[in-house]
Amino acid sequence: MNSTVAATGEFTRVFKFFLQELKPRGKWLTPFNVISIPVILVGLIILYFRFVYGIGAVTNLSQEFPWGLWIGFDVVTGVAFAGGSYVVTFVVYVMRIEKYHSIVRVTVLNGLLAYIFYAGALVLDLGRPWHIVNPIIGNAFGYNSVLFLVSWHFLLYMLTMAAEFSPVVAEWAKLEKFRKFMTRMTLGAVIFGITLSMLHQSGLGALFLMAKPKIHPLWYSEFIPIMFYVSSIYAGLSMIIFEGTISHRVFKDLIGAKDHHAHDEIVLGLAKGAAIVMFVYYFFQALLFIHEERWELITDFWGYWYLLEIYGFVLLPCFLYAYAVRHRKIGLIKIAAAMSCIGIILNRLNVSVIAFRWDSVNHYYPTWQEINVTLMVVFAEIWVLRWIITRMPVLKH
Amino acid sequence: MDRRQFIRTSFTLGAAATPMNDLRAASKKENKEFVGVLVDTTRCIGCRSCEVACSTTWGNFVPDVKADNALDQVRDTTEKQFTIVNKFKTEKGEVFVKRQCMHCWQPACVAACLVNAMFKTKEGPVTWNGDRCMGCRFCMVSCPFDVPKAEYHSWNPRIMKCHMCYERLQAGKKPACVEACPTDTLMFGSKRDLMEVARHRVYSHPDKYVHSIYGENEVGGTGWLYLSAVPFEQIGFKTNLGTTPYPEYTKQFLVSVPMVLFGVPALLLGLSQLSDRKNEVRENGEWTKPGADK
Repeated sequence: MNSTVAATGEFTRVFKFFLQELKPRGKWLTPFNVISIPVILVGLIILYFRFVYGIGAVTNLSQEFPWGLWIGFDVVTGVAFAGGSYVVTFVVYVMRIEKYHSIVRVTVLNGLLAYIFYAGALVLDLGRPWHIVNPIIGNAFGYNSVLFLVSWHFLLYMLTMAAEFSPVVAEWAKLEKFRKFMTRMTLGAVIFGITLSMLHQSGLGALFLMAKPKIHPLWYSEFIPIMFYVSSIYAGLSMIIFEGTISHRVFKDLIGAKDHHAHDEIVLGLAKGAAIVMFVYYFFQALLFIHEERWELITDFWGYWYLLEIYGFVLLPCFLYAYAVRHRKIGLIKIAAAMSCIGIILNRLNVSVIAFRWDSVNHYYPTWQEINVTLMVVFAEIWVLRWIITRMPVLKH
Repeated sequence: MDRRQFIRTSFTLGAAATPMNDLRAASKKENKEFVGVLVDTTRCIGCRSCEVACSTTWGNFVPDVKADNALDQVRDTTEKQFTIVNKFKTEKGEVFVKRQCMHCWQPACVAACLVNAMFKTKEGPVTWNGDRCMGCRFCMVSCPFDVPKAEYHSWNPRIMKCHMCYERLQAGKKPACVEACPTDTLMFGSKRDLMEVARHRVYSHPDKYVHSIYGENEVGGTGWLYLSAVPFEQIGFKTNLGTTPYPEYTKQFLVSVPMVLFGVPALLLGLSQLSDRKNEVRENGEWTKPGADK
């Protein structure tokens, strides 16, 4: 009886604390707010039309192009960028390299939110989103489907990352017992999470295996899953560097001078890792190129476009990373990180949208509504990220 | 339980389960053959009765065959019409070709569907179940013939495609288009019978037909088969699809999933133990006590 009362009391306390924390802090008229608030409001209006009049009312999707920007960018690209979470948890919890411990929390938080918002954006694209529970509740298991696997892994991985992040929430809400319990589960959650990541990062590539005649041969190969997996490693690392650059400027009050200095060492380490992974990725691409005898394919527009992706946004940033690490140039590393991120966007969009039906007369291009909703998803994620970082012990602990 | 008893029990259980397995296998075995339709394009006169019959039966858009001049351009099936007829000008004159879902033996759309909304029935038709579909459109991405069509302008979109009049087949009738065809272009039956008829026609009129049957081996074989007087690429068929059933392309990946799912955690757990500093041997040869480094 007493324990029930205590639990209820504890619950009311946390609830009240949460309500009180919901209130905004700081200035309202920041440049980010001025841009993001109108985009989010317009996005909500667009979503009203999308759910009342159908997807066709706001998008350029057609029978030829069933997947557009919402899948190609939000889901396929967004998830690749969230790969940093499994890489860093591997390094810190499995390899036990303490140097990177200080970025675990913010990386896991970034990953968790990326999955919630970008994989969540999938709901906007589903024709019958109320049936999204069907592959989960078991009235219709399509075991043979890659998408079945990916959807289950999304769900499980979100739960895993929530478990990894929950000690931070518990610390914030002062739930000591819960925090201790969840901390003990961290290694298990991390290992499960890494496995799931390997499978669904490659699974996103495997989605396109059956679109064989529709994807330009420079981007299609039976090894798409492996390419997607390998590139997700450096996509994640580059995103951590890129995102860390911004958050260290925006949240500089929350980080001490000592951490600022340590951060440079961390960035150098991440950049070194990214450079090596990118070179391996480039090597894979070169092998495929030779093995599949693609020489005659590089003489037209699509060939140049492919070369731009591989040389301009994989090999060049790879060398930039390596050079910058050697000469300890943090600024150059940031440029390389941004270029690598562009390279990932190019690659994922090429496979899913741009080089998909490259020979079509009426090629798909997104409407302004699709772009607005995509931006809305990104901005909404940043709002939640900012709310959590300013309140919970994410950057310092 | 001692070891002998354990072995005995497991043998008894195994022996008991064996006939059950046989029973289950026996009840699952189908003696029905997949059905399909043979389309002899040399017989088609382009009257489009099939289009009208199909759309009337399923409440779709009924074309005005006499007035709409639709044959002037090459069309595709739409979310409003399960089947259409196209006209091609070839060296052997005008050829009319009916298009609809090919009802593959191993359909890509069914392998793509994560909720079994796309379903290969035991009779052969590939059907769609709206109570399950979540509208992800992965079937449309995967289908080599681009058959499934989505209703983009509806709040509750359906995936529209020919289902070989599955309901009519169950009532013992033929598909509506086959019944409506005035020239016997369309012939309904099991694939074995249809292949026999098709081969017979090619053998008896070797100059009239090209010596291949579209759908015999394409993407692992389809339910609908086509005969033609001119090479198939001249009358709008994709001839680069290969003979591999489409689900095979993802099989390798799916097979590797359980290996990764169990192998990688084992590796990672091992790695994490190996890298645990608690297990390090100090320089003086003593083991560090657990927690001593904290």
